[in-house]
Amino acid sequence: MKIAVCIKRVPEMDVKFRIAASGTAVDETGLKFDMSDFDGYAVEFALQLTERLGAGEVVVISLGPDAVQETLRKALSMGAARAVQLKVDSIPADGFAIAQALAAELKDGGYDLVLFGKHAADSASGAVGLMTAELSGLPMVHACTKLTIEDGKGTARREVEGGAEIVSFPLPAAASIDEGIARPRYPSLKGIMAAKKKPMDVKPAQLGAARLAITKMELPPERQAGRIIGEGAAAVPELVRLLREEAKVL
Amino acid sequence: MPSTSDFYDIDSVLSEEERAIRDSVRRWVDERVLPIIGDCYVQGRFPKELVPEMAALGVFGANLPEQYGCAGLNNVSYGLIMQELERGDSGVRSFASVQGALVMYPIFAFGSEAQKTAWLPKMASGEVIGCFGLTEPDFGSNPAGMITMAREQADGTWILNGAKMWITNGSTARVAVVWAKTNGDTDASSIRGFLVPTDAKGFSARDQKGKLSLRASDTSELVFSDVHLPADAILPGSGGLKSPLMCLTQARFGISWGAVGAAMACFEEAASYAKNRVMFDRPIGGFQIQQQRLAGMLTGIVQGQLLSLHLGRLKDAGTMTPQQVSLAKRSNVSMATDVAREARRLLGAVGVLAEYASMRHMANLESVYTYEGTHDVHSLVLGQAITGLSAFS
Repeated sequence: MKIAVCIKRVPEMDVKFRIAASGTAVDETGLKFDMSDFDGYAVEFALQLTERLGAGEVVVISLGPDAVQETLRKALSMGAARAVQLKVDSIPADGFAIAQALAAELKDGGYDLVLFGKHAADSASGAVGLMTAELSGLPMVHACTKLTIEDGKGTARREVEGGAEIVSFPLPAAASIDEGIARPRYPSLKGIMAAKKKPMDVKPAQLGAARLAITKMELPPERQAGRIIGEGAAAVPELVRLLREEAKVL
Repeated sequence: MPSTSDFYDIDSVLSEEERAIRDSVRRWVDERVLPIIGDCYVQGRFPKELVPEMAALGVFGANLPEQYGCAGLNNVSYGLIMQELERGDSGVRSFASVQGALVMYPIFAFGSEAQKTAWLPKMASGEVIGCFGLTEPDFGSNPAGMITMAREQADGTWILNGAKMWITNGSTARVAVVWAKTNGDTDASSIRGFLVPTDAKGFSARDQKGKLSLRASDTSELVFSDVHLPADAILPGSGGLKSPLMCLTQARFGISWGAVGAAMACFEEAASYAKNRVMFDRPIGGFQIQQQRLAGMLTGIVQGQLLSLHLGRLKDAGTMTPQQVSLAKRSNVSMATDVAREARRLLGAVGVLAEYASMRHMANLESVYTYEGTHDVHSLVLGQAITGLSAFS
């Protein structure tokens, strides 16, 4: 079982973001970066699968500048066998350009399964996995909350409005991973040391032409201060009136 | 504005591995220690269930070589691990300090190859827990006066008699590194280290009751009554008081980092509370008196972080001296006790609750201030380094 996991380096989300002077990007000053959460679940799932089978190889792939090597090494420290950096100076906003680079890398890799996070924590477009699968001619299941691989076949569960659907597909295939599938392990200290010695291929990304560009970024509007309309049961009619007429939530 | 959790951007002078190691242990502490540690403290219970997880992470003896099943990290990485563990609780850090610096280190430094191969991998994997017996009921700051005695028998085996006190991990340990004088010689030069299995006949451990500090840690009194030890129980490379003091230098190095972690936890809690707690219609963080508190706390923490980091670089370069370790232990633990107390005060009434960490750290740090060389004894070590005059003799 040879598994590729495509991962993205994203800013840690527990900070207040600022927009850069260009107006089209986040100001990265002082930000810390890590592997996108959903990508971490995908790496963990892949590792657990190969460990359970007792055979196979997990390869992690990331597109970006040299800083992504740190994120790739984190996946190596968790247990991935080798890493590939598809080198670009900056990550394009157009997922289709990225998908073409990933598809070119995956083409002759002989992968049985290609995994993605369901979307990146920063751009949240969820498009790269789907487009990469399409370009690679692979069946693709988006946002799996369960995934079983057995006898050359896969079965996945997806949460849909009011329920779930179970789908099956032949290998080779692609899937993107929702939360709840596997909790990423803590990279062990030995794993972190071993990661330095694992292979890291650096190659230029064969990006497609970018057809989308970000023209403007905006922060959400400042929240208005709340107001207290009264206390106790006497305030209820007025609260209901405001919720209906002003907030329009009833 | 720089983040107050790393105000001097120390991350920028750590290597990628050092940061990765710190982050892995930090996440483990956040997810596995912090949710339970307040209750453990109140119950007076060491969270033993975390030992296998700590072992899987690789924190035990993390700066010892890979050939003995350890992670082979540098000393800055080791220090960062201690910082993060004590950000959780001094008891959790103490457990790891004792296992690594006070039991695995002497086996590594003074043990035979057979002892190293027999014990170190099992201790790195957490299969065997160890404790360290130096302090006695009447000999704390003056370990040279110890009365525990090992006598060699005609067949080369040993008989051990005596008692040790304030022994972290004493009731959980499977092996104790016990320091004893030998063959009736009351001079400190006769001190040797022994590996004592805790199931040996005549060995008993009794929990220290009534602690108001380090409540999430096992502390015991050990009694040896004609404990018969095989000839190979002795650590062949050990000799004189210098040997246990070398172990303490290792442990104190880790403590100097750990105390910074405890201070960081208190500061984060106080800063967050100050920004959210409203009194007189505004957050208390807007009042000058709390701002002065927070400014003093942050200054102490940054000084401590820089001190420990530089000490770690000296240790990695092989030039660190025990006196430098004394200064760092003394300064950082004292800083942390002050930060914890100020944090507790800033928290007002809720600061006395176990739900908040500051008072737990404040109480823990009183033990840390007192153990591994009291604050005062480290003053005397430094006094001797400065004047060339020993206050002890």
